[in-house]
Order: sequence, then structure tokens, then C-alpha cells
Amino acid sequence: METMDIEVAKVLFKALGAGLVVIGAGLGIGKIGGSAMEAIARQPEATGKIQTAMLIAAALIEGIGFAALFAV
Amino acid sequence: MIKKLKFLIVLFFTFLCVFSFAEQHDLKNNGESSPQKDIRTEVKDFVNHHLQDTHDFHLTKGLSFPLPVILWDNGLQIFSSSQFDHGKAVATHNGNHYKIYHGKIYKTDLGGKITYNQNKHVTNEKPLDFSITKNVSFILIVSFLMMWVFSRMAKSYRSNPIPKGFGRFLEPIVLYVRDDIAIPNIGKKYYKRYMSFLLTVFFFIWIINLFGLTPLGVNVTNNIAVTFSLAIITYLITTFTANKHYWKHIFWMPGVPVPMKLILAPIELLGTIIKPFSLMIRLYANITAGHVVLMSIIGLMFIFKNWIGSSLSFGLAFAIALLELLVAALQAYIFTMLSALYFGSAVEEHHDH
Repeated sequence: METMDIEVAKVLFKALGAGLVVIGAGLGIGKIGGSAMEAIARQPEATGKIQTAMLIAAALIEGIGFAALFAV
Repeated sequence: MIKKLKFLIVLFFTFLCVFSFAEQHDLKNNGESSPQKDIRTEVKDFVNHHLQDTHDFHLTKGLSFPLPVILWDNGLQIFSSSQFDHGKAVATHNGNHYKIYHGKIYKTDLGGKITYNQNKHVTNEKPLDFSITKNVSFILIVSFLMMWVFSRMAKSYRSNPIPKGFGRFLEPIVLYVRDDIAIPNIGKKYYKRYMSFLLTVFFFIWIINLFGLTPLGVNVTNNIAVTFSLAIITYLITTFTANKHYWKHIFWMPGVPVPMKLILAPIELLGTIIKPFSLMIRLYANITAGHVVLMSIIGLMFIFKNWIGSSLSFGLAFAIALLELLVAALQAYIFTMLSALYFGSAVEEHHDH
């Protein structure tokens, strides 16, 4: 019964860790998306460059997110 | 307006047949096994099986052909993987017995005994495995395909500056890689040296990701060894074509006080390794996670055995498959762009900060 609790606790904490990673990645990419949209609204002719930069930053954050998720 | 609608309907029905193919495979798999097996473990086994690399090319239940197995076990042993009989039989060759267990080949005795140690790890001996598995054969097929298509396109430029046929689709992409990925990151002086690698890696990753979405069951970028080799090539190219300023910035960063320089040096050195490592993880995790989600949702179709649940799961699977198309191209673009960024930082000229 003792080890059973430890196993359950392990799984619970793993799930909690995965959830935190996803929250972090989601917040980061959301912030980038938001500021990208504001920038596009200010200057619509720079849309291409802003989109490119936004995709790059999003991919970098997603990279960290996935790495942490796989480690968990 | 009507034309666009027709195009979308055609697109929808093309992908519809893709999913019906996968459904057939799954159904046959379900019908074959014993009736006591829970359908959830069925789906889990199916997903795990699809993510692994197999030694034969298995399209449907009837159509499959074996690939050569090349082992190094005190001498080169080459035999056909049909002796393994989809993992059920023990193959015998030159007096050695081999058995496939969870996709890997182990040396065993005539009965096919697999011994475990305390941690449930297999303790049988493993010979060095150089065989042409499904992933390896697919890498070879895609590389030949790329060589053929692009050499034909290059030859056609000798006679005619405007390409015809498929070259019309490829030329803007090649120019995009040159003008928007290579030149802004590497600079006009040195970009030509790296163009061949950037183009190769861009098209290779894109084509292989696209093929991973078809029901053929090939998933090359699912394999971390493949993405590892791509990232290692990027790392080697940055290391061996870097100029003095690159190394100076790593080991002895100019413009900061001396104690900071000593602290920064190991961190920067670690950074050179972590950057290609993140390239590897990013590509592998994106594609693998996408495939796992997609196959799980298709499996969900079989867990819900009523009309509403299955059709909704199918709609969700369709939407996620479209997203996977975007992810395929995006990951190729990101890998290429980050590689170009690292190359650019390697050949950057000195400028005053």
C-alpha cells in the first residue's frame, strides 16, 4: 500500500509538470501573438516581416515546450 | 467562387479516401486478434507499432514485402527479413538464431528465448544492426527522388531560363530559400557556400513530413536518430566553417569585464551544443506528437461505436490532419531558418559593438 501511494503520487506530479509546461508555452506564444497583432495593426505594410518573426519566436518557444514535455 | 468551392470539395474527398485506407488496416488488425483484447489496448498497440521502425515494408494485411537484414555479428550476416515472419518466427542464419523483440534484433537460441534482468530489460546479446529497415529504405527513396527532380530542373535551365512543368512550382520555393532565408541571415558574401545544404534539408524534411501523413506508415522524422543526424550535420558545418570572431565570441567575449568572460565561456560552449540539440528535439517532438494525436483520435473512432461519436472524431481527425500539413512545412522552414541563423553567426565579420 505504501509503494502504491508513491506510484500514484509520481504519476500525479508528472501530469502536473506537463500541465505547467503547457501553461508556460501557451502564455509565451500568446503574448507573442498579441504583440504581433498589435504591430500589424499599427503598420499593415510590414505584415510579412512581422509574421515571419512571430513564427520563428513561436517555434523556439514550442521547441523548449516539447523538450520539457518529453523529459516529463 | 464556385470554382473555389469545387476545389475545396475535391480536397476534402481526397483526404477522405486517405482515412478510409487507414480505417481498413485498423479494422483488419482488430478482427484478427483474440476477442478478449480490450479495444483501448488495441489502439495503443496500433499507435506504438506505427511509431516504430520495422524490418519489412508492410502496407496492408496482404501486401507486404521483406527488406534485407544486414547484421554484424563476427562477420557480415545478410538475409531476408521474411525469415522473421513479421516477428513471430526465429530466423536462423549460419548457425545463429535471431529474434525480433519490440522492433530490435536479439541473438537467441532455437526456442527464441528472451531473458530479462531485474529491471525488465532484455539481457540477450544484440548484434550490430545495419539492416535496410523501412526508414532507411524510405530515406534512400526520397533522396533519389530529390536528386532526379532537381537535376532535371537544373539541366532544363541550360536551354531555357523559364522552367516548365513541375519546375514552375519549385522555382519560387528555391528563390524563397535563397532570398528570405539564406541572404538575410548569412549575408550576401558567403551565402552561396551554404545554399546546397539549406535547400537539401528544407526539401528533405518537407517531403518526408508529408509522406509521414500518408497511410504508407513511413515516419522517418519520427525517429530521433534521423533528426539527430541532421542536427549533427548542422553542428559540424557551423564548427568547421566558423571564423576567428565566432570562437572569440565564445571563449573570450569582447566588451565584458574579465570575471564575466570566465563565467561566460563554459555557458557559451554549452550553448553551441544545445542549439543543434534543440533543433533535433523540436523536429522530432513536433512530428511525433502530431502523429500520436492523430492516430489516437482515429482510434477514438473505433472506441465510440455509435454514429455521433465516430463521425465527430473523424471530423476532428480531419482538422488535425490539415494542421499537420501546416506543421510539416513549418518545421522544415524553421529548421532551415535556424540552421541559416547559426551559419550566419559563424561567418559574421567583425563590427564594432
